[in-house]
Amino acid sequence: MAQENSSTQPLLQLKGVSKHFGAVQALSKVDFEAKVGEVMALVGDNGAGKSTLIKGIAGIYSFDEGEIYFDSKLVHIHNPRDSAALGIEVVYQDLALADNLDVVANMFLGRERVRPPFSLDEGSMELSSIETLNSLSVTTLRSVRQTVAGLSGGQRQAVAVAKAVMWNSRLVILDEPTAALGVAQTRQVLDLVRRLADRGLAVVLISHNLHDVFEAADRITVLRLGQNVKVYSAKQTTQQEVVHAITAGTLQSVPGMN
Amino acid sequence: MSNTSDIVNDAAATTGTRRTTLAADASPQSAAEYVRAALKRMRGGDLGPLPIIFGLVLIVIIFQSLNDKFLTPHNFVNLIVQMAGVTAIAYGVVFVLLLGEIDLSVGYVSAVVGVSLVVMLRPGSVDSPTMFVWYTALPIALLIGAAIGILHGLIITTFQVPSFVVTLAGLLAWNGVVLAVIGEGGTLILQDQTILGVANSYLPPEWGWIAAVAVVAWFGIGTYLRTRARRKKGLHTTPISVTVVQVVAFAFVILFAVYVVNQDIVCHTVSDQNVCVQRGVPVVGVILLLLLVSLTFLTERTRFGRYIYAIGGNKEAARRAGIKVERTRVLVFMLSSLLAGVGGVILASRLRSVDTNAGGGQLLLNSIASAVIGGASLFGGRGKISNALLGALVIASVENGMGLLNISDAAQFIVTGLVLLAAVIVDALSRRRLAQSGVA
Repeated sequence: MAQENSSTQPLLQLKGVSKHFGAVQALSKVDFEAKVGEVMALVGDNGAGKSTLIKGIAGIYSFDEGEIYFDSKLVHIHNPRDSAALGIEVVYQDLALADNLDVVANMFLGRERVRPPFSLDEGSMELSSIETLNSLSVTTLRSVRQTVAGLSGGQRQAVAVAKAVMWNSRLVILDEPTAALGVAQTRQVLDLVRRLADRGLAVVLISHNLHDVFEAADRITVLRLGQNVKVYSAKQTTQQEVVHAITAGTLQSVPGMN
Repeated sequence: MSNTSDIVNDAAATTGTRRTTLAADASPQSAAEYVRAALKRMRGGDLGPLPIIFGLVLIVIIFQSLNDKFLTPHNFVNLIVQMAGVTAIAYGVVFVLLLGEIDLSVGYVSAVVGVSLVVMLRPGSVDSPTMFVWYTALPIALLIGAAIGILHGLIITTFQVPSFVVTLAGLLAWNGVVLAVIGEGGTLILQDQTILGVANSYLPPEWGWIAAVAVVAWFGIGTYLRTRARRKKGLHTTPISVTVVQVVAFAFVILFAVYVVNQDIVCHTVSDQNVCVQRGVPVVGVILLLLLVSLTFLTERTRFGRYIYAIGGNKEAARRAGIKVERTRVLVFMLSSLLAGVGGVILASRLRSVDTNAGGGQLLLNSIASAVIGGASLFGGRGKISNALLGALVIASVENGMGLLNISDAAQFIVTGLVLLAAVIVDALSRRRLAQSGVA
């Protein structure tokens, strides 16, 4: 399933980004990249800097140093609007769905289509929602007019992902999308992740579960103690090797010793 | 690739629908299927307005069997006029409840607006006539209400203080303002004929019929156009037979109500003279319905309304979606106070005066109870404007019926309390059922 993209330029490229919170060096000189049509997994133990890295990309806060290239152009991301304007969408672990609203309302939340003078254009929003969900082959929903409260964990994840890709996004970051799911639903979500990449999006998958990572990812970036240990090709490595990198990978510098 | 569940896709492919495989498939095609789906939802705990309609029928049966004056055109007209003030205030309470907040100040804010209006319309002496007429005084009074709401909202959002405390402070402070303006033990008489007409005038019977037919036609044509638009897009629609039944039922309720109130030809005291008048649809009834329609549109068909529900359902999700949460909250408190003001004007008009008791007594609690009995959730995100109308109807019916039976205030309060309790328990049970069945 993995496409041969090794020759293409990465869509997103971070060069030597660092971030510290007070005395804690959360990230030090990390390189990272994501390519179109590829699922890049981001793995690491707790405190390795995964969240810090994606929050920097999403514009929740800025990196202290380093450069971000998007489409090979140097960009500056200072807030979430900057990253959304580039076409970067993040699906956070808590999904941020309003339980009392239906699927359509959630997918268009904050970006509702309005028919002049001011009434919501429900028909057109419903059509677009259905189109997006169908294009992702999300077929387990009974109706897009049911409230999100009645959906299963996998369905909610699918709605959150569909919401993220509906806005001409080019890079989708998924934060632990399978953390709370059962076996069958995990399967569905991983299939969905694959389809995103096959549609021509760049996908970053953050996960603790190496089994899921090997199932869906093309390449794997390992972070340890805020540093980039290594980037593996999923086909040419084993779970064991990655586990070793996560727990005892070689660091360029030992924290506290410099 | 899409090996998860292709069943839905295949089914849609065979029925030949367009790309809308998702919605078109789950929608009921016939009336029988529609009814079955509705029954299934009900068993799942989604009772909609059923409990309250059941409760109303029960109330009517009980009071009618105890006193045959209860179900008369005359009493029905009285009921509409009696419930009008509380209903307007309760409309505003629904907005606040949808956010998951509370507004305890609505009672005295309504009084502040009522008092302001009456003061502005006090007749002047011959050489210094009053500087306000009703069409300048009324907007100013309502603007005062809106400004009070904005003040509450700004305090709540700026200092991030719970709305409970801020509006509790408002309750006390605005009560003080009312007392200060009216003066110790005083009563201010309202003499402006137009404002008095708000709660004391009735549409001539033929006007009532015209209005009723217009409303029914508007509802029918609106439903038809919406259904046609959805069908054109290939979207799921309610079966035609069900739609027809809905429109006919709506027409029946409206026309029957107008028929009943038009029967109310009685001798009635107007301006201390005993004259026989034919009453008809009360003007306040029309005001309540216009408010119901426009506020329902605001909550269900506009971005602003959508944002209120989103904030009530998941504030963080709303914030991340780029919704201006704090501004929306301020506007909701403004609406709450503005509608309380409308209620205050109606009450002043009905009582023909304002006195030191204005805004006090059961007003606040009845307004909140109306919204809750009607089905608005205290926890935010769930409720409709129509809940306020139904809930107010229940409370007013209980009070009116017990008043006819000369039952003491004490017993009335207890019964109203029990009704409120029953409504909350029904809501809690149906919500638990919903959670268990996993459908919403």
